[in-house]
Amino acid sequence: MDFALTEEQSAIFDMAYAFGQDNIAPHAQKWEAEGTIPKDLWPELAALGFGGLYVSEESGGSALSRLDATLVFEALSMACPSVAAFLSIHNMCAKMIDTFGSDELKARILPKAMTMETVLSYCLTEPGSGSDAAALKTRAEKTNEGYRLNGSKAFISGGGYSDAYVVMCRTGEDGPKGISTVVVEDGAEGLSFGALEEKMGWRSQPTAQVNFDNCLTATDNLVGEEGSGFKYAMAGLDGGRLNISACSLGAAQAGLNATLQYMSERKAFGKSIDQFQALQFRLADMEIELQAARTFLRQAAWKLDTGAPDATAFCAMAKKFVTETGSNVVDQCLQLHGGYGYLSDYGIEKLVRDLRVHQILEGTNEIMRVIVARHLIAR
Amino acid sequence: MKVLVPVKRVIDYNVKVRVKADGSGVDLANVKMSMNPFDEIAVEEAIRLKEAGKATEVVAVSIGVKQNQETLRTALAMGADRAILVVAADDVHTDIEPLAVAKILAAIVKEEEPGLVLAGKQAIDNDMNATGQMLSALLGWSQGTFASEVDIDGDNAKVTREVDGGLQTITVKMPTIITVDLRLNEPRYASLPNIMKAKRKPLDEKTPGDYGVDVTPRLTVVKTEEPAARAAGIKVGSVDELVAKLKEAGAV
Ligand SMILES: Cc1cc2nc3c(=O)[nH]c(=O)nc-3n(C[C@H](O)[C@H](O)[C@H](O)COP(=O)(O)OP(=O)(O)OC[C@H]3O[C@@H](n4cnc5c(N)ncnc54)[C@H](O)[C@@H]3O)c2cc1C
Ligand SMILES: Cc1cc2nc3c(=O)[nH]c(=O)nc-3n(C[C@H](O)[C@H](O)[C@H](O)COP(=O)(O)OP(=O)(O)OC[C@H]3O[C@@H](n4cnc5c(N)ncnc54)[C@H](O)[C@@H]3O)c2cc1C
Repeated sequence: MDFALTEEQSAIFDMAYAFGQDNIAPHAQKWEAEGTIPKDLWPELAALGFGGLYVSEESGGSALSRLDATLVFEALSMACPSVAAFLSIHNMCAKMIDTFGSDELKARILPKAMTMETVLSYCLTEPGSGSDAAALKTRAEKTNEGYRLNGSKAFISGGGYSDAYVVMCRTGEDGPKGISTVVVEDGAEGLSFGALEEKMGWRSQPTAQVNFDNCLTATDNLVGEEGSGFKYAMAGLDGGRLNISACSLGAAQAGLNATLQYMSERKAFGKSIDQFQALQFRLADMEIELQAARTFLRQAAWKLDTGAPDATAFCAMAKKFVTETGSNVVDQCLQLHGGYGYLSDYGIEKLVRDLRVHQILEGTNEIMRVIVARHLIAR
Repeated sequence: MKVLVPVKRVIDYNVKVRVKADGSGVDLANVKMSMNPFDEIAVEEAIRLKEAGKATEVVAVSIGVKQNQETLRTALAMGADRAILVVAADDVHTDIEPLAVAKILAAIVKEEEPGLVLAGKQAIDNDMNATGQMLSALLGWSQGTFASEVDIDGDNAKVTREVDGGLQTITVKMPTIITVDLRLNEPRYASLPNIMKAKRKPLDEKTPGDYGVDVTPRLTVVKTEEPAARAAGIKVGSVDELVAKLKEAGAV
């Protein structure tokens, strides 16, 4: 067993970290205030191979392992977890198309998705179905002109901003087996968006409802086979959970680094506050928790990469553990900054707000426990 | 034209430097090491020359411990074509002095016959600022140091140098040695595909003995000390008080 990163993995982490610090971190607060990420950031990231992190080389991707990809998300989220998480969603969609799409669809969509001229959004959740995603109601009728979609998707990251939407919709019976996946390009007839959601965190990403009103998309935009859409949607989630965990981990690590710096400078009762043992113990606990989270996350990623039979359970366990640890750590970071942690200038309260949603999306942390318990009881 | 780029592995510029307890030097055990930032600029310039069709091959060289391999992989990931590692020490704390480095580089130049050596103006660890100049003397080649602009034109290179109080432009005959300054360019990030490709690019391992060079140190480090801690400041209540204090201190 070898826990060390390879030379190559260190290089990947360092490169993503450097890019994030130079090109994302200085703007993170401004983008949050503006409620959007400038679109010209994406081609810059794509030039480094981030547009298709685990998309195959044949399709123009970087063909990284999922463990390597977690390094990218950990490093980028040290600059801004909201930006890093948005990139994760695009990658999840690109991977779905690469794995399950026809050669024709891949050839049509992926080249621009790899350069991120086409930014992709993932549309599963609906106003009436979140955790119980297989209860989705958006319908797609096959007609002579193509699929006609009717219904709405809720909470869509990149809704109204992205260039194409990977939509899980019902083409058949109730339940998971009646679901298909289609790509709907921006500008499609009958596609519209709700108002931007006002959110606690992830404020630099636009989130909106996506509405389909007799929305037309080509029959060739079907991903894979009819009736397999739910399977495809779930296939992306194990890895998505790793990514979102990595985003919590990186942001919390950045928070801890900033806190250490702050505490060495801030004086109270005649000494720098990192000299109080009560606070030193808290720092130690934060470090222990983060290292445990990192090890757990990388083990889960390794399970997914090696096709271990318990990979899904490990991804779920890691997601629950790492996202909660991340939130606890940044909350402590805020506390240790005193009143200044509560002010937006220090960037710590942003981390608290950004990380909170990681316990809710990509499957809530309750659903993670459902998965783990099911795995335990079946054993 | 082949371009040779020597790269040094140094303590990362973000790391808080700590002096070893015995004062013999800076503690390098378990600290993050990276490519000397000036060398990164040299690698970038070499790659740009290749992209512009003015260079045909970029060869990176590093002299030091086995772990310098990592530094060379960074150069390869940025776009260098191949690398030469000269393993000259076992302990990361052993610094190979500029003269020994210059001698090894001179031997490599004789073997590889590059038309240009692009080096950092200095390494950020010991700030010697000597290797390029020594190499120039050993080879009898021209040199253009502290370059902030380089224009290769056939048999000549126009080099803009950052000198005290401004810029100086000189023309040097090729082959030449150019040492680069901070403002020459902004090094690229190595992309993921290029990081992967770097692993498959050739990296030759050599020893100083292969070049007949003795790297035994000639300099003795007497003492290494932390800079004196900054004295605490004082708060002044008004501009008048500030001016008075500055006068008192003889600062105005
Ligand atoms: C900022 C943001 C961005 C998002 N981006 C996207 C996106 O891009 N694409 C997309 O498709 N979705 C997206 N979502 C939606 C997200 O995936 C859902 O919010 C999430 O799946 C939870 O669904 P819900 O909100 O309907 O909650 P519900 O499913 O209504 O859950 C409510 C509560 O009940 C609990 N619960 C539900 N079922 C069970 C059970 N069986 N056992 C125990 N507890 C249970 C949940 O854990 C939760 O605490 C986003 C959400 C947010 C907030
Ligand atoms: C929104 C807001 C409104 C406010 N309104 C007012 C107001 O109206 N009037 C007013 O006077 N003030 C106000 N404050 C200031 C507030 O009372 C201070 O922020 C608070 O007392 C903490 O002080 P500090 O921020 O300087 O943190 P510090 O004292 O620098 O503390 C930093 C961290 O070190 C810890 N710490 C410090 N000393 C020790 C020790 N000896 N042992 C262990 N831990 C220690 C603290 O608990 C904290 O976690 C406000 C603050 C905010 C954020």
